[in-house]
Amino acid sequence: MLGPMTQTMVTTDRLTRRYGTRAVVDGVSLTVRTAEVYGFLGPNGAGKTTTLRMILGLVRPTSGTVTVVARRTGALIEGPGFYPYLSGRDNLRVVARHRGLPDTAATTVLDRVGLDGGAAFRTYSLGMKQRLGVAAALLGDPDLLILDEPTNGLDPGGTAAMRGLLRDLASEGRTVLLSSHLLGEVQEVCDRVGVINGGRLVAESTVAAIRGDATLFVRAEPLGVALSVAGLVAGPATLAGSGLRCAGPAAPLVRALVAAGVEVYEVRTVERSLEDVFFDLTDGSGAVPGPAPGASGAEAGSGPVPAAGDRGGAA
Amino acid sequence: MSAELLRLRRWPVLWVLLGVGVTLDLLFGYVFDYLSYRTGSRPVSEDAPLLAGLLPAGVPVTTVEGMPMFGGAILLILGALAAGSGYGWGTWKTVLIVAPSRVSAFGGLLGALGVVAAGLVAATFAVNFAAAAGVAAAESRSFAPPDLAGLAAAAGGALLMHAMWTACGVLLGVLARGPALAAGLGMVWTLAVENLLRGTGNVLAPVATVAGLLPGTAAGSLAGALGAVPFADGGTPGVLSTLDGGPAALLVAAWTALSVTAAGVLLLRRDVS
Repeated sequence: MLGPMTQTMVTTDRLTRRYGTRAVVDGVSLTVRTAEVYGFLGPNGAGKTTTLRMILGLVRPTSGTVTVVARRTGALIEGPGFYPYLSGRDNLRVVARHRGLPDTAATTVLDRVGLDGGAAFRTYSLGMKQRLGVAAALLGDPDLLILDEPTNGLDPGGTAAMRGLLRDLASEGRTVLLSSHLLGEVQEVCDRVGVINGGRLVAESTVAAIRGDATLFVRAEPLGVALSVAGLVAGPATLAGSGLRCAGPAAPLVRALVAAGVEVYEVRTVERSLEDVFFDLTDGSGAVPGPAPGASGAEAGSGPVPAAGDRGGAA
Repeated sequence: MSAELLRLRRWPVLWVLLGVGVTLDLLFGYVFDYLSYRTGSRPVSEDAPLLAGLLPAGVPVTTVEGMPMFGGAILLILGALAAGSGYGWGTWKTVLIVAPSRVSAFGGLLGALGVVAAGLVAATFAVNFAAAAGVAAAESRSFAPPDLAGLAAAAGGALLMHAMWTACGVLLGVLARGPALAAGLGMVWTLAVENLLRGTGNVLAPVATVAGLLPGTAAGSLAGALGAVPFADGGTPGVLSTLDGGPAALLVAAWTALSVTAAGVLLLRRDVS
């Protein structure tokens, strides 16, 4: 739950969009707090873009509500849409005029994304188009940025530059709602994440909470004795491959194991990456079972995601 | 509106369409008729009225002659492309994200197209006055200008017709959510379907009633009321005498309002992807 002093920039309440009988977005209740970078994750077809479109008013919800309290919103949704015959700079001038800004605003944002803006948009590479889209989103100094896959089509250098730009935007106190497939990127720049699958929000929490606490992997002999000792010292322990997994800290556990005559061959800390959690939540393929029947997105996302099964951490 | 004017001004398609429109007007309004006059390929009895239409005093009527059909088709294509292309390029999405409201975004497009239509009317009159002056000089005839009332009526009628066809094009562009189908449908409608319906109306009274309410009938009748000779009397294709001037102008205005309203409602209510 949000504290009473926490300000929210975007709130959706049981947001639903159906096409015929198919619910593309099903009861999504998410909260983006002011000045945070919120990662919105989900496999292809999970409902991310439709949710973002509803937040921006491009798509009407079948039911539910969206509340946006931003003074000005900038967005890049599913690839940039510009006039192919106009230069990048003129395209930005058109957007600036729609916003009621002077033409000079285009120069500022072009500099920010490192584009010259002189050539016709139709001659741009995918990466240049994407950067121009981000530039358009930055016009008018928005306090809320909604970026849908902003690194699509960018080369490694462009991706790194975009990551830096996202960090800068966050450090300026802007609120960023970021949808991305690059989970490492999201893990690095986002404060909180929401995971959507099959149209439902299956998790929403801070990156740290959603990843869960780090655990210890211990390889020791005899394993049965080690399991018993670990259970007494570090709480519940489970077999994991050729060793066992339990909670830390390591020092008292190792002391106890040695005192019990156990040969300890390896002890290491295992942290689950956001990618591990994402695959757990989405079953690796996007064909995930979402929350239990009847559970709303709000319920599913009200707290940290419970730790899922081990996925390669102790391999 | 300044944003839409900026992007329209830099759009090569706009200048191609306007160029074609003015060129067709000049060719069919002056060049071919003057060649016909000079080569004597018409009966002598037609020489005097033919030449009168080519002099400055005849500019208002000569200008509106070509607007119901050829001019209409060009403006309809322009409206369809201007509104429909935004779906293919994704620019409607961009504009609707940043514009204060969908109404203001749509109003900006309509305003800019209105400026373009008014500019085309002004350019057509200017070119036609230049051509008429050339004919008057070549034939040593009067340079007397048309009376102002007639000129104002013709300019107003021309603007009404252009506005209606542009609005119809915008409606088709929004309806089809793309430029190609919209422009194609518009061409088929203005150049074929309406004429076929009017032809069928000659043998089927109910169809004639419907044909009398079509946009082409309204524009053609307005041109006829402004002095253009109907096609049935040997005049220009598209010019009709079905309706009087007042009802024709009202019907043109009604089609404009209907098209703008329908396009606006569609744009306001539909999802934009």
